[in-house]
Amino acid sequence: MGDNPHRSAHAGTGGTHVATSHEGPAGASARVAESSGNPRMTDNGLGGGGALPRARAFGAERAFRGLTLAAGTAVLVIIAAIAIFLIAKAVPALRTNTESFWTYEGWFPNENPPKFGIGALAFGTVLSSALALLMAVPVALGIALYLSHYAPRRLGNSLGFLIDLLAAVPSVVFGLWGRDYLVKPVADLSAWLHEYFGWIPIFGEGPYGSSILLGSLVLAIMVLPIVTSLSREVFRQTPTANEEAALALGATRWEMICTAVLPYGRPGVIAAVMLGLGRALGETIALALTLGSTYAISFNILESGGNSIAANIALKFAEANATGRGALIASGLVLFAITLIVNITARAIIYRRREFTESAA
Amino acid sequence: MKLQRHGAIACLALSAVLGLSACGSDNNEPTTGASASGSAAAADCGKGTLNAQGSSAQKNAMAEWIKAYQQKCAGTTINYEPTGSGAGIEAFKAGTADFAGSDSALKPEEQPAADAKCAGGQALNLPMVIGPVAVVYNVNGLDNLQLTPATMAKIFAGKVTKWDAPEIKADNPGATLPATAIQAVHRSDESGTTDNFTKYLSKTAEADWTFDHAKAWKAPGGVGAAKSDGVASKVKSTDGTISYVEWSYAENSGLKKAKVQNGAGEFTELTAESAGKTIAGAKFEGQGNDLKMSIDYNTKEAGAYPIVLATYEIVCSKGLAADKLPLVKGLLGYAASAEGQGALTELGYAPLPESVRTKVEAAVKSLA
Repeated sequence: MGDNPHRSAHAGTGGTHVATSHEGPAGASARVAESSGNPRMTDNGLGGGGALPRARAFGAERAFRGLTLAAGTAVLVIIAAIAIFLIAKAVPALRTNTESFWTYEGWFPNENPPKFGIGALAFGTVLSSALALLMAVPVALGIALYLSHYAPRRLGNSLGFLIDLLAAVPSVVFGLWGRDYLVKPVADLSAWLHEYFGWIPIFGEGPYGSSILLGSLVLAIMVLPIVTSLSREVFRQTPTANEEAALALGATRWEMICTAVLPYGRPGVIAAVMLGLGRALGETIALALTLGSTYAISFNILESGGNSIAANIALKFAEANATGRGALIASGLVLFAITLIVNITARAIIYRRREFTESAA
Repeated sequence: MKLQRHGAIACLALSAVLGLSACGSDNNEPTTGASASGSAAAADCGKGTLNAQGSSAQKNAMAEWIKAYQQKCAGTTINYEPTGSGAGIEAFKAGTADFAGSDSALKPEEQPAADAKCAGGQALNLPMVIGPVAVVYNVNGLDNLQLTPATMAKIFAGKVTKWDAPEIKADNPGATLPATAIQAVHRSDESGTTDNFTKYLSKTAEADWTFDHAKAWKAPGGVGAAKSDGVASKVKSTDGTISYVEWSYAENSGLKKAKVQNGAGEFTELTAESAGKTIAGAKFEGQGNDLKMSIDYNTKEAGAYPIVLATYEIVCSKGLAADKLPLVKGLLGYAASAEGQGALTELGYAPLPESVRTKVEAAVKSLA
């Protein structure tokens, strides 16, 4: 995964044309290949040589174009199918709900009358993911900068390899490890935090242990390798000319990173963070094992309790009757919507940044 | 270049070692060593596979019966998954389980869907195991906790939040109570144990327990743990916890049990005799071969431990598949026999009283 940087890592750079020395930017040769198919066009753009394919009715060009179109459409069709399925299954259950779906704090769809609400679940999902990112991103960026700019090449490669391995560990292993080994240290940490920082409302009191803090910590460890490996690739892609220019002007290593590497890599880092956020939002079994599964909206992150949409689905699916399943699918729909909104916001941010960094680079 | 390649191989080997060592040890169920008795009783031996799931409270009893039955009847495979009473009933309704184990009998709204699976008959509740529910706790330095139903209701409802609260002090004069926060652990999944415990609280402490009884935990606060194992391990590993779990899990994990006050006002400890005294006073609610039981939680019997649950096997009276019928009758017949029930005491269950046991045996024989 570390070897193929995300497509948006190149956003704002227009391709790696600084490193290679072909005739023109990547966009130009595509245009030339298209126009050469038109027999009336005499100007090749590249001058002599020929050997460019002529357009045929059923040639390889058309076939390839058709295949890629089909692949793209298939993805859209799948997303639409998922959305339609979710809505169709969720609506009957939502109709029988006797409490407000958005604000009720509880999950009893099997009862008579059914009562369920995603208030506490959505809150827990967003809070644990945000906390996880808050804890993981600075550490991940630090690791990425160290591996790309400070470490000797061999050490950097092997350490990077090890961090990529961390991403391959299944989530259930993290969940079990968090539930069995991290609980005591987190409980002690919570007691310490409450003693010295108890005046901040998020460090409230209450029995410590399986709290949002524990869940977020486990999530942070799971998000770390994703953000690290993508950021490392992005930082490596910084044009050497920019770096050397900064150093030549008398900047120290840290100043060079601040002025040349970080601004250049910002869209890529944002993309990496969004990918990590996507994983954190959808994480199921790790949170099912580490959170205390209570339905209450509370900002006290030290108290045992908390729940998330995906963890709730994992815990409740086996025993749900028809209404219960519909209710869980409705909560899945909400999660789908949250993820969609987050991704759209991320894309918007990258798109805005693109203009600034393109003109700068 | 070579160093890099060797380095990559070394990293692979290291990660393989780390990966293998990360495979945690399985939760090995403690086998009690009770082997199948030498007397070759004429047990009906079917052949093939039987799939059942349900209550985690009766998991230990089921495991023991399955082991004994499979030893008697070679060639049979019986799978019992302790997925929880709620999941067991759903599986029975869906047809993926041949019979279900449940700590609460089928509710009136569940009965039609369950009966639909029994061509020509109905779904019966056959009590097979009497499981006392222990109130377990883990508090550093506190050894002999005793609680009244009212205090327990307040603790589990979230009204009493510290171990040195006046209500607990009143129940335990002379004990030194630490000032730690109480962490009340409940089942996060739908559980018959929860149903029985909340039924007990709603009948004995109506003023303090306003949440009625259900398989799903309704009271706010506390911490949820999945299945009986989850509850037992949570209490074992965390200081300041209190919870309710089936007796065999408390024994297996070595948890401390609280003494509970019964209807006569005395604080009784949980033993097979004290649980048996409460069962002796239980009444049948069902008709015909449906042997649903109702237990008097306010029992005034001297020395009786009041929190007891009967766990049922939910099975079709008629309409079982021809290849499964001998297996079901064989296994449940063995479980209901004197031999099967006798194996329960050392596992932490109370055997069925004789009058109940004969009725259950007759009901199993009538399955068709």
